[in-house]
Amino acid sequence: MKIMNCPFNGPRNSSEFTCFGPVRPPIDPDTADDAAWSRHMFQLDNTPGVIREWWRHTPSNYFFIAERNTVTDEIVATYEPAALHGKAITPKEITPKEIMP
Amino acid sequence: MPLTLLKYGLPGDHVPTRDIPPTPDLKRSYDVAIIGGGGHGLAAAHYLSKYHGIRNVAVLEKGYLAGGNTARNTTTIRSNYITNQSIRFYKEAVSLYESMSHELNFNVMFSQRGQLTLAHSDSTLRSFHLRAEMGRHNGTRISVVDQQQVRELCPHLNMDMGGQHEVVGGLWHEDGGTARHDAVAWGYAAQASGRGVEIHQRTEVQGFDIAGDRVAAIRTNRGTIRVGQVIQAAGGLNEQVARMAGIELPIRCFPLQAMVTQPLKPFLNTLVSSANLHTYLVQSSRGEIVIGGGSDPYQLAATRSTLDLKEQLAHGAVQLFPFLHNVKLLRQWAGITDMTPDYTPIMGASPLKNYWLDCGWGTWGFKATPVAGKYMAETVARERVADILQPFSLKRFETISLINEMGATAASH
Ligand SMILES: Cc1cc2nc3c(=O)[nH]c(=O)nc-3n(C[C@H](O)[C@H](O)[C@H](O)COP(=O)(O)OP(=O)(O)OC[C@H]3O[C@@H](n4cnc5c(N)ncnc54)[C@H](O)[C@@H]3O)c2cc1C
Repeated sequence: MKIMNCPFNGPRNSSEFTCFGPVRPPIDPDTADDAAWSRHMFQLDNTPGVIREWWRHTPSNYFFIAERNTVTDEIVATYEPAALHGKAITPKEITPKEIMP
Repeated sequence: MPLTLLKYGLPGDHVPTRDIPPTPDLKRSYDVAIIGGGGHGLAAAHYLSKYHGIRNVAVLEKGYLAGGNTARNTTTIRSNYITNQSIRFYKEAVSLYESMSHELNFNVMFSQRGQLTLAHSDSTLRSFHLRAEMGRHNGTRISVVDQQQVRELCPHLNMDMGGQHEVVGGLWHEDGGTARHDAVAWGYAAQASGRGVEIHQRTEVQGFDIAGDRVAAIRTNRGTIRVGQVIQAAGGLNEQVARMAGIELPIRCFPLQAMVTQPLKPFLNTLVSSANLHTYLVQSSRGEIVIGGGSDPYQLAATRSTLDLKEQLAHGAVQLFPFLHNVKLLRQWAGITDMTPDYTPIMGASPLKNYWLDCGWGTWGFKATPVAGKYMAETVARERVADILQPFSLKRFETISLINEMGATAASH
């Protein structure tokens, strides 16, 4: 894994990225008991194989999702976090102008 | 030891013996099965057979003896942690190393040279004061030292780091030291097999037969065995082995890399560590400089190593000792470490009644080899978790009573 394809900035050197660990399934704070909270906080995906993780392109502070194979150390896919919430994965055209005031 | 040397050294007719017998066939059943033939599993086997009279024991090792993290670690032994529970535990680890060569009749080359951790900022120094107070309170030898004392302890150290990481003081831990990792594992293996423990190399645990809340049998690539009790000490694969038994562990795998240089004349007596630079160094008895540092930046289930980490370690080493700049690297490697959220191991009971955990040793478990073995054996023999192990239970994650040792483990050793 040398190059990562940032959904916002395109392919960049992997040293520009920071990993924020596996995506956690959502939890309902109104109904979750202690055991559920414990699992939510501490029981993260350790499957040897493809896992889904939060990553950040550090210089632009852009957060996104990567699917990565933890055995071969290969990136399978990268996409915007919106896709996690059931929205279509569209490589939307965002220009830096739009997000900067 | 010295008498033995005379006895065997002078006559010249001493016949060398094998340290451990060849792997026998698996029997149908064992009182205790130990999953993992690393330092921890072998130490538990030693204590079970020597102090609890339990000898119908099988150590199941999927590869060769102690070829996991025991073979890959940088052998830092220390007790300068920050919580009472940890310090009490690791303090006993250090004291067991002091008598280990005698206990095992095997020279483990324990060298108690002291460990110096460097502070490059006032805030680090403040946290060192806390660690020193906690350590002294628990009866370990530890103190905060100033720049002048750092210079005296480690005369070749580059103190100003070009102004970037100026050394402002340190944490001096006189109890710290190193030992030879292979000797530790082989010493325990020789003792245990001498008392009848069977060591099964190339024997991989592939599944469990569970009956109610107990493990009835273990399935391996060489056959199935019935078991009375089980100790799991599977190193980097702990999370995966537990999952086969239906037990969820809060563990993720990260590679940890290290390297050694060509041998040099002795110049570095203490162990030196810098959390800011994520680098620590020790000169081995062969003269090689062993260099270690922080874990990889993301999880992985493979022992590949990277140029990035090598550059980072070399950078730290050259900052501390600039004259190392043209020294050549001799070997480099990685191990998969089983990391817990609070940088503290998981020991004791599991949801299965006869299945005991010795897991989550991450980047810091070599030093705990004797003490974990001693109390895991006691736990199994009495079928009750030893008092000193109680705080390290798996249950602590449910009750959110974590034992945070992240700060005291920052340069991963
Ligand atoms: C680069 C590096 C540097 C380190 N430096 C230090 C240090 O300075 N100080 C320190 O205290 N600690 C250090 N550590 C951590 C230390 O090495 C480990 O915590 C310790 O060695 C763990 O010992 P163990 O016996 O539990 O595991 P291991 O030695 O890993 O033994 C576990 C064994 O279980 C076997 N196994 C796994 N799955 C199965 C299965 N299904 N069936 C049968 N057998 C199986 C494996 O093959 C392995 O041999 C370091 C680790 C690394 C990688």
